[in-house]
Amino acid sequence: MSNELVHIANLNKNYSVVKALDDVSLDLEPGHIIGLLGPNGSGKTTLIKILNGLLRPDSGTVVIDGEAPGPHTKSVVSYLPDRPYFADWMKIGNIFDLFEDFYTDFDRPRAEYMCQTLHIPIDMKMKNMSKGTKEKSQLILTMSRKAKLYLLDEPIAGVDPAARDFIMDTILSNYNPEGSVLISTHLISDIEQVLDQAVFIRNGHVILHDSTDNIREREGKSVDELFREMFRMTY
Amino acid sequence: MEWKLAGDRPIWLQLKEQITQRILTGVYPMGSRLPTVRDLAAEAGVNPNTMQRALAELENDGLAVTNRTAGRLVTTDVSVVEKVRDALASKCIMTFYEGMAQLGYDWTEAGRKLEEAKEDVQ
Repeated sequence: MSNELVHIANLNKNYSVVKALDDVSLDLEPGHIIGLLGPNGSGKTTLIKILNGLLRPDSGTVVIDGEAPGPHTKSVVSYLPDRPYFADWMKIGNIFDLFEDFYTDFDRPRAEYMCQTLHIPIDMKMKNMSKGTKEKSQLILTMSRKAKLYLLDEPIAGVDPAARDFIMDTILSNYNPEGSVLISTHLISDIEQVLDQAVFIRNGHVILHDSTDNIREREGKSVDELFREMFRMTY
Repeated sequence: MEWKLAGDRPIWLQLKEQITQRILTGVYPMGSRLPTVRDLAAEAGVNPNTMQRALAELENDGLAVTNRTAGRLVTTDVSVVEKVRDALASKCIMTFYEGMAQLGYDWTEAGRKLEEAKEDVQ
């Protein structure tokens, strides 16, 4: 086998009559920060949920770090869901305990350090957090694992620009050559400089997978501009 | 010194130009060790692979050399630096004359304008 971190072949997923993913094939190598870019309802979240084993595909192959989604892949994949999933009564410190039990690669000092930097008290309850603070807490948990594959579903949608910069810094400083980060978003201009690859997805089809510098060189425009052009709404 | 990156050109190219400038102006002195790819990438807020490419291109130009033990150093070869400086200066001058040509000045007139401007500044 080659050195692919993720191998996806002929993947299909339907929700009743809607085809969420239609014959998707995609290979991702380690050591990249990849943007999964598409408009609402294009299949981004479905693809990410299949990669982390929350959804089962109707047909097709998914191999991550040499195995199909299961206990092994869950130990090497760190997932940031598109909405926070922790119980209201929990304090972020409780969740650290939980993560320490569940994931051997969870780096607690790192998580606590990030909380400090973002001024989130460890004993604050989820219930009392603002939407943005919840999202930041979730991101801290996700990025405090030493995973091979990070799946970030809309990590920047709900936070202010300063926190956005912090998130980007966190992703960059956490970068390691063996791991890859897949970030789904439609807010491309905010993260464009951090990406070295882009995957465009439309109606469940992957329509483009290339390095971001190739795109800029070939098109003479930013990835954001190309995206807006390709996905312009027509009436 | 701030990194300035535009969206419509390859990022690695812009990084390379700006590191070159830093070498020419002595921000990174000759023979000194360049920051690591990781640190540079974090500073510029770009992907480490992109920064890696910029530095590799810099090595192609001879402005940087990788030393097995000391990391990546700015060249100590004055002739390489001067060659790059010359090439960039020529480009700068051409841009000036092309701009003046678009305003209807020929080379001689453009040169005279340049002299006048110098006197004004002094």
